[in-house]
Amino acid sequence: MTTRLQAQARPESLLLNMGPSHPAMHGTIRIMLELDGERILNSEVEVGYLHRGFEKTCEHRTWFNLLIYTDRLNYVSPLINNLGYVMTVEKLLGLEVPERAQWIRVLMSELSRISDHLTCLAAMAMECGAFTAFLYKMKAREFLWDAIEQTTGARMTTSYIRIGGVRADLHPDFEAVVRRAVDETRKVVKDVRGLLDKNPIFLGRTRDIAVMTPDNALSYGWTGPCLRSTGVAYDVRRAQPYLTYDRLDFEIPVGERGDNFDRYLVRMSEMEQSLRIIEQCLKPLARTVPAPSGIAPAEAIREARRRRPDDPVRLSPNLEGSEKAVYPGIMAGDKRYVLPPKEDAYTTIEGLIAHFKHFMAGHGLRPPKGEAYFAVEGGNGELGYYIVSDGSDRPYRLHLRAPCFHIVSALEELIRGRYVADVIPTFGSMNMIGGELDR
Amino acid sequence: MEKEDILTALRTSFPEDVLETSTPLGDAAAVVKPEALAGIMAFLKAEPQAFTMLLDLTCVDHPDRLDRFEMVYHVFALEGARRLRVKASLPAAEPVIGSLAGLWKNAVWLEREAFDMFGVRFEGHPDLRRLFMYDGFEGHPLRKDYPLRGRQPRLPMRPDP
Repeated sequence: MTTRLQAQARPESLLLNMGPSHPAMHGTIRIMLELDGERILNSEVEVGYLHRGFEKTCEHRTWFNLLIYTDRLNYVSPLINNLGYVMTVEKLLGLEVPERAQWIRVLMSELSRISDHLTCLAAMAMECGAFTAFLYKMKAREFLWDAIEQTTGARMTTSYIRIGGVRADLHPDFEAVVRRAVDETRKVVKDVRGLLDKNPIFLGRTRDIAVMTPDNALSYGWTGPCLRSTGVAYDVRRAQPYLTYDRLDFEIPVGERGDNFDRYLVRMSEMEQSLRIIEQCLKPLARTVPAPSGIAPAEAIREARRRRPDDPVRLSPNLEGSEKAVYPGIMAGDKRYVLPPKEDAYTTIEGLIAHFKHFMAGHGLRPPKGEAYFAVEGGNGELGYYIVSDGSDRPYRLHLRAPCFHIVSALEELIRGRYVADVIPTFGSMNMIGGELDR
Repeated sequence: MEKEDILTALRTSFPEDVLETSTPLGDAAAVVKPEALAGIMAFLKAEPQAFTMLLDLTCVDHPDRLDRFEMVYHVFALEGARRLRVKASLPAAEPVIGSLAGLWKNAVWLEREAFDMFGVRFEGHPDLRRLFMYDGFEGHPLRKDYPLRGRQPRLPMRPDP
């Protein structure tokens, strides 16, 4: 089987594979190059090495269960992927989410966005030889993930944002941890700017390399930081504000030249804006969560056999933050679509039935027939879900508009005529995420 | 209001080819004849409609329908952040539709994906090959009649060049 490149290549040129297993090919992607010395005459990008049939799998899972697969799309910012899916389903259902849950979602999105940008830039810097910058950024990411882990219970596979709200309220110590993460990230951003912004090695490999014009970027369907680096100020958060983004004060940084360095700069500035958003979120979110109290579930059941219990049931530590008392703030009130609080499921027949109805085969969540497209601003750009419902307990069709799919599709054109060494920072600045691109 | 404007413009410019317009859940949507799709998309991309971006292109398989494959296009206009969904149904026997690769560059990959996953062919596509699956893969995995755990035959060993 010959590839297109093999068939078209001139007989005297050298064919070289980069990837699929190459340290700079984040995840797995294969770039075939036709070379004349160091010069790239032509290339062919082959994707699909991480294809796991995400869309097919989702068609066979219930609306509730498939949430975990969305964690694994863009595995650096799983919360935004959760959010995109959940908000599309909420659009189908016409579900209103409580304000506190909306603020939590914004906060979580921004934490994820920063960790996404940090990861992308860290890898990009490292591949250009700036190992210190890589370590600094990884350090900052740990602080952000500490904050995420504290509330969601996981660093990456969070499944935290649920249909109707969020799984649990913020951890009581959340504010301190977030403030620390914000401070540390700010320091790192400043340090990294000092290390890279005027660094001749970094500039030599990024400035005026792989320049994208705005028209071309639009033609390729670029969105997110990559599109903004060309000077087009399109951001879903500003163009079509969802959640509480319309009440937040932030700027949309844009680039001028659309080269690798601008893509780096836009991401750096965007992180500063995200930090601002996080700080603004902390104010409406400030609230102390009631300390867990009450009696253990087994005891409560024994008690309930004798009399109607008055004491609340104490939840297992795994369920910290989803007590009945905080439920109205974090979950929509519509019993058809959201899980009942665990206390109800343990002690009342209505709660138990509602719980069962959610998980029994053939019951569960059933959005009405119809289709919806909804997009959020992901780390890489417009992350859109197109969902078709046939009124059953699982989606008829679920399609993800992966932002980096469109960005990577421009790679062949961007590296044509450049040197082999330019492939690395160009590819790094695109933030290709295999899980999202190959689905 | 904006949404209605673009749908009205579509209906008046293509009275024959636009079969249906609606705004389900607030999204502007139009169903068009497949043979007219490329022309309609060119009209949408041009001024004054100015839908400069092809956001997404996908397909939905309805095996019970005569026109089995429903192509779904999402276009986007930066000005006013307007979105529009355009759909066209293709017959099961011969799912062929005009390619948009000449209008938008990302259509090259998007159409390759739709070809790979559904077996829809795009007329005028410069390089219609599978995108995610390998050459030699049998069937089209996102079709409803492809089983969730479908197994593929082993590929023969590639000879050394």
